[in-house]
Amino acid sequence: MLKIDNLHVRVAGREILKGLSLAVQPGEMHAVMGPNGAGKSTLGHVLAGRPGYEVTQGTVEFDGRNLLEMAPEQRAAAGVFLAFQYPVEIPGVNNTYFLRTALNAQRKARGGDELDSMQFLKLVREKLKVMQLSPDLLNRAVNEGFSGGEKKRNEIFQMAVLEPRLAILDETDSGLDIDALRQVAEGVNALRAPDRAFVVITHYQRLLDYIVPDRVHVLADGRIVESGDAGLAQQLEAHGYAWVRERQPAEAGA
Amino acid sequence: MATRPGEIEAALSRRYAAGFVTDIESDSLPPGLNEDAIRALSARKQEPAWMTEWRLAAYRHWLTMAPPRWAKLRLAPIDFQAISYYSAPKNRPQSLDEVDPRLLETYEKLGVPLHERARLAGVAVDAVFDSVSVANTAREELAKVGVIFCSMSEAIREHGELVRQYLGSVVPRGDNFFAALNSAVFSDGSFVFIPKGVRCPMELSTYFRINAGHTGQFERTLIIAEEGAYVSYLEGCTAPMRDENQLHAAVVELVALERAHIKYSTVQNWYPGDEHGRGGIYNFVTKRGDCRGNDSRISWTQVETGSAITWKYPSCILRGDRSVGEFHSVALTHHWQQADTGTKMIHVGRDTKSKIVSKGISAGHGQNSYRGLVKVEAGAENARNHTRCDSLLIGKHCGAHTFPYIEVKNPTAIVEHEATTSRISDDQMFYCRSRGIGEEDAVSMIVDGFCRQVFRELPMEFAVEAKKLLEVSLEGAIG
Repeated sequence: MLKIDNLHVRVAGREILKGLSLAVQPGEMHAVMGPNGAGKSTLGHVLAGRPGYEVTQGTVEFDGRNLLEMAPEQRAAAGVFLAFQYPVEIPGVNNTYFLRTALNAQRKARGGDELDSMQFLKLVREKLKVMQLSPDLLNRAVNEGFSGGEKKRNEIFQMAVLEPRLAILDETDSGLDIDALRQVAEGVNALRAPDRAFVVITHYQRLLDYIVPDRVHVLADGRIVESGDAGLAQQLEAHGYAWVRERQPAEAGA
Repeated sequence: MATRPGEIEAALSRRYAAGFVTDIESDSLPPGLNEDAIRALSARKQEPAWMTEWRLAAYRHWLTMAPPRWAKLRLAPIDFQAISYYSAPKNRPQSLDEVDPRLLETYEKLGVPLHERARLAGVAVDAVFDSVSVANTAREELAKVGVIFCSMSEAIREHGELVRQYLGSVVPRGDNFFAALNSAVFSDGSFVFIPKGVRCPMELSTYFRINAGHTGQFERTLIIAEEGAYVSYLEGCTAPMRDENQLHAAVVELVALERAHIKYSTVQNWYPGDEHGRGGIYNFVTKRGDCRGNDSRISWTQVETGSAITWKYPSCILRGDRSVGEFHSVALTHHWQQADTGTKMIHVGRDTKSKIVSKGISAGHGQNSYRGLVKVEAGAENARNHTRCDSLLIGKHCGAHTFPYIEVKNPTAIVEHEATTSRISDDQMFYCRSRGIGEEDAVSMIVDGFCRQVFRELPMEFAVEAKKLLEVSLEGAIG
């Protein structure tokens, strides 16, 4: 589904990703872990198509298409979703209206029908069962005045409504207390499906107590330096990232 | 996926949708301004002698005045002798059925809800085409409750005493350069009278259109709400595309007696000129409301997207005790448009309140100035004002400026002023796009959110229109 090969990315003149490769199949849950500054968020942004991220080498294929040639909104319509580490506030724009516009733009781009407000409301009610979100957040402006936890839950709620094929969660666990973390994880787990893949970017192992990954990758200095199953995350938690770095020379390229 | 300047430039050259010319024979006075021209104009309109004299007095006063220079506007000197002060479609219609079908087509193109459509929409429309009022719908229904809604020309002929009593009582003939000019040469406009205790049963609406070349439009509107009356009035404006600058100098006077409430909304979409700043309407307007009675209220709401230059400050004189003045404004400037707009709130009575919400949007090389005066007179005990003034910048070549003037002569007054300037951030754009919303739609959505507080004040169907207008006006504005 997603095939990243030898990806090099420069941001503001600095090379951040230095030959990253990663393959994700439908239905899989991948965790990308790594120390601060390793390039984790850059990976999320470059996949979603953020302007200012210059790909100097390598390829990214999504469902057989060249993802790097597509505009951010085209990627969204193709089924790529990025849950932001810092969700953006849009004053005065109603949260529900925003989401309906987004969904309809995607449906239209895929050649489908747009939903009218009644149909959309019905969908929202269904999805609210999956993700606990107080209804008044739906009627407030997008992320405006939301608490950190509310913003993150709102991201997952958007994901539930937009039903992407590939969801990238950029440090969705950061800044969450344990209850909010659990709610977010429950929301993500409820959305796991055979035709949907996840790339969960996180600094800490604790999210993976609730979301069990099929594969865990360690990202350090712009490339994946180690991959393994869920057990790798446990080892990281026990030994810290320094442990990977020490092992790295012996097992580089593994 | 950096920005693509080529595409943006291409989108910038979008066309002005209301920019067509209707081919109708018109009866125009030759260009030029002097006492004879004013007499000829007055005669053409079959006005009583007092009206002719009133005009001439205004003209003589105007001769002694100079155009104002304090606004932050760049404009070429206006040659007042090159303008024709009267242009009317030939064959004046007696009823809607006799209105030239081409004229009705024009209004249809503009989306004006005329004729039966008007009644369905619950809107009574007075349409002013160049200088004369051509159709006025739903009049009978209004007459049943004693509401007068007609063209100013007709009001001068049929309701002379009322007009004479109130005309110039809010904006005196010599108030300012453009008001004096208007008083001398105003050609038509709307007259509204809501008698004591009557709540006007429908929205009243006027559409203004400048069609003929080398003409100016000088309409005059007078709205009187007697004790306890209520009226909501909306005006819309368009003009064809022309290379020359055309002058529009209107005067609007509102009078609210005790407990009366007047809500006045404007959607102004005069031709703004092209992307190089050629052509466009010079919009110099004096609008003022007088809260003459206790507990009266006047609300101005304006959405200004058109005109090469907008110079306008809808104001409230809060004379009655506990009277309330409100001003909600969205002003958008794109390409080379300039706007110097705001309001004046003059607190005279006790316990008077005013609220100002101004949203300025600048794109392209647009320049947008908010200029507002809050004045609290010595006798205005416990006056309150809250002003909120936000500017949104799109692109790197535009400007936003704020000129608040505050004069307080009573120590019990509370006057608050808040101002912000922001840009549509890259983060906001990327957030919208990552959810599947294209660039243009993202910009209009963010702008719409920015204007929400003002759009809420507009009657429902016009809020939709205003939103669309902003979308069209902003096409290709990102960069």
